[in-house]
Amino acid sequence: MSVATAETGIIGGIAAKFRTCPATGLKIDLAAEKLIKANAVAAVVFLLIGGLFGLLVALTRWPAVHLLPSDWFYLVLTAHGLDVLLLWILFFEIAVLYFASAVLLSCRLATPRLAWLAFLLMIVGGLMTNVAVLQGESSVMFTSYVPMKAEPHFYLGLILFAVGALVGVMVFFGTLVIARDERTYEGSVPLVTFGAITAAIIAVFTIASGAIILIPTFLWSVGYISHIDTVMYKLIWWGMGHSSQQVNVAAHVAVWYAIIAITVGAKPLSEKVSRTAFFLYILFLQLASAHHLLVEPGLSAEWRIFNTSYALYLAVLGSLIHGMTVPGAIEAAQRKNGFNNGIFEWLRKAPWNNPAFAGMFLSLVMFGFLGGISGVVLGTEQINLILHNTIYVPGHFHATVVAGTTLAFMAITYLLLPLIFQRQVIWPKLAMIQPYLFGIGVAGISLFMMGAGTLGVSRRHWDITFSDATVTFDYPATAFLMMGLNGIFAIVASLGGILYILITVGTVFFGKKVDASNVVASLGPMPEKQVSGAVHEYGSAGTWHLPGTYILVSVFFLSFVLYYFVNWKYLSEVWPLS
Amino acid sequence: MAIHPPEQTIWWNERIERGELVWIGVAFLWGVIMFSMMVYWHIDGKQNLSNEAYRIDPGVFEQRTEEFTKKFTVREDKNTGYPVAKPPAGGDVYMLARLWEWWPMLELEKGQTYRLHLSSLDWQHGFSLQPTNINLQVHPGIMHVVTLTPTETGSFGVVCNEFCGLGHHQMVGRIYVVEAGKSQ
Ligand code: HEM
Ligand SMILES: [Cu+2]
Ligand SMILES: [Cu+2]
Repeated sequence: MSVATAETGIIGGIAAKFRTCPATGLKIDLAAEKLIKANAVAAVVFLLIGGLFGLLVALTRWPAVHLLPSDWFYLVLTAHGLDVLLLWILFFEIAVLYFASAVLLSCRLATPRLAWLAFLLMIVGGLMTNVAVLQGESSVMFTSYVPMKAEPHFYLGLILFAVGALVGVMVFFGTLVIARDERTYEGSVPLVTFGAITAAIIAVFTIASGAIILIPTFLWSVGYISHIDTVMYKLIWWGMGHSSQQVNVAAHVAVWYAIIAITVGAKPLSEKVSRTAFFLYILFLQLASAHHLLVEPGLSAEWRIFNTSYALYLAVLGSLIHGMTVPGAIEAAQRKNGFNNGIFEWLRKAPWNNPAFAGMFLSLVMFGFLGGISGVVLGTEQINLILHNTIYVPGHFHATVVAGTTLAFMAITYLLLPLIFQRQVIWPKLAMIQPYLFGIGVAGISLFMMGAGTLGVSRRHWDITFSDATVTFDYPATAFLMMGLNGIFAIVASLGGILYILITVGTVFFGKKVDASNVVASLGPMPEKQVSGAVHEYGSAGTWHLPGTYILVSVFFLSFVLYYFVNWKYLSEVWPLS
Repeated sequence: MAIHPPEQTIWWNERIERGELVWIGVAFLWGVIMFSMMVYWHIDGKQNLSNEAYRIDPGVFEQRTEEFTKKFTVREDKNTGYPVAKPPAGGDVYMLARLWEWWPMLELEKGQTYRLHLSSLDWQHGFSLQPTNINLQVHPGIMHVVTLTPTETGSFGVVCNEFCGLGHHQMVGRIYVVEAGKSQ
């Protein structure tokens, strides 16, 4: 069956135009396909803009370069946070949601018109907030803590954007209902879709929190409300701000599972375990907003401990489980593919030259080792005293949301280009190195920001030399060195980011058309199956033996324990306070 | 595969492998340990955040800080002209945050315990005591009372680490710590 010609047929009861994917046999609703494309393209555009802002920020924080003047620095930092964290991530997530519902379930997308409305609202809202920031009167950072005030259209843009995202999430749920009613799949939804459902459920909670806090703040900015409580604002704002990070985690873990399924043929070790791990995110995430309020006045210690640990550690448990089942599924699949010698042949012979796989694996490792461990340490009630609002915090979340989420999304792009855009990736050689370039850069900025933060360097700060301040303070020379290295690795990360954008945009416009004859080759290098040594029945059915994964997980666990207690040691050395 | 429906339709009955179960057990226990560490530190640790906080009108806080400063100022700081207040050991100490300064400067004695009162007159600020590295959030309208014991002598910076507008990076205060019975 040829790909280029669309057919009219029945998907899910109603006549819709669809094509059949030659690689997977899935029926792809053309309306869904267009929407996936539109959202992905918007995402990439905002990544470009926001990423360049990030570079400018990093170059300014490099003391020897100190690029921007102070007012521009705070403006650009506000824009950076908004464009990458909100716009890039959420547009891409909407694309992932449509993919995980309509495409993976071979279903038509519910109400494409509403989905376009959602897209439009998100664009208008996103642009409005950007305009507000660029006009210069809304340099309040993306957190916009009251009583610092931005222009009304700053908040209004965010609200429109959030409403758009909510409509998109509803379209996703609608599609699930249609697929189920009309039996476009058998049994339960695939694990990837299950992960996407997790993300979507949390997203509803997130957006509701956003509405609860942003609508009054908007009214306050135009003068209808006189006062907003500063602690309450933070509590609810982070109900959105933190939970949305769990949306990201659920989404990128789902993306990991999708990539390893397509590139090495991995299937979940146990459907039950992986699904339960996703479910833990839903159950135990909401209260994590508390760990942004660990050094705030007036909240009881019991409240802080309960909300950060009881709730948080069970969500952490979810991630720890995926941290084992994802490499485990790869190992099982690779052993089945025939790479069954020794402990690590499966890993050595993994398709490292396939950017989708390489990006996914780097994302997994860096999210776990850098982002996950630092996040738990940072969110420990007392340890937060020595890290709160230092540049350790951006160090941590560049490991989660950039090395983790962003890199995972970049990785799956290399599969979406041939499967959805039906174009062959141009410059396959450059594509091969792109995840490494970006990964190394981001690992660098995460580590050096964390290092500087441990030495007390403040986040969101224009000048750690205090050249124009009356009272000054000298940070240690190491702190300056770290901020310089951060600048250098920011350049590396930016090169990786720019390369990603050149490749994706170039591919969309100039890539060779993909059809049935070349679709499999277009997915990038795959592991050669060495059938002779192959082991049968790994994964959901049958027993398995995964020494490599156990070793990796043990190394991870030991690093975690060590680093955790090292930070308690640091804490014990500061002035006693109570 | 993860992009297809589960192979076994009744997937929730399948057996979980031992390796997976062991890891879940270890990870769960680790969570319990991390939880216990925080509780333990409240009982036996020396660095805990104070729960003592009061709603206060910024004007009232300003007035109290001014009274405190008037009463205990021992000198003007050499280069900056800021008043340096040296309260009696063990007493109440005030420091206010406003756009864009920490006021006044303080002189404390090593090994003595003080009740530090912190609040903001306008926006949120971040009290980041360097290089010892203690970081507290300061809100307008809330007075946070923190019991603090300096353990080393020297000159310490109070860097603002909550973004507070265009002068944020100029907002630095100072706490001097001297040996008991001595002065700077
Ligand atoms: C080329 C890539 C990037 C570079 C070089 C970069 C660099 C930086 C730097 C240096 C900071 C400022 C730290 C501070 O002064 O407080 C920052 C802040 C931030 N970055 Fe990035 N970043 C990059 C990509 C991203 C991406 C892809 C995301 C999100 C997905 C992201 C999210 C954020 C957020 C949310 C902040 C905090 C802004 C704030 O404090 O208000 N960054 N980034
Ligand atoms: Cu300040
Ligand atoms: Cu500040």
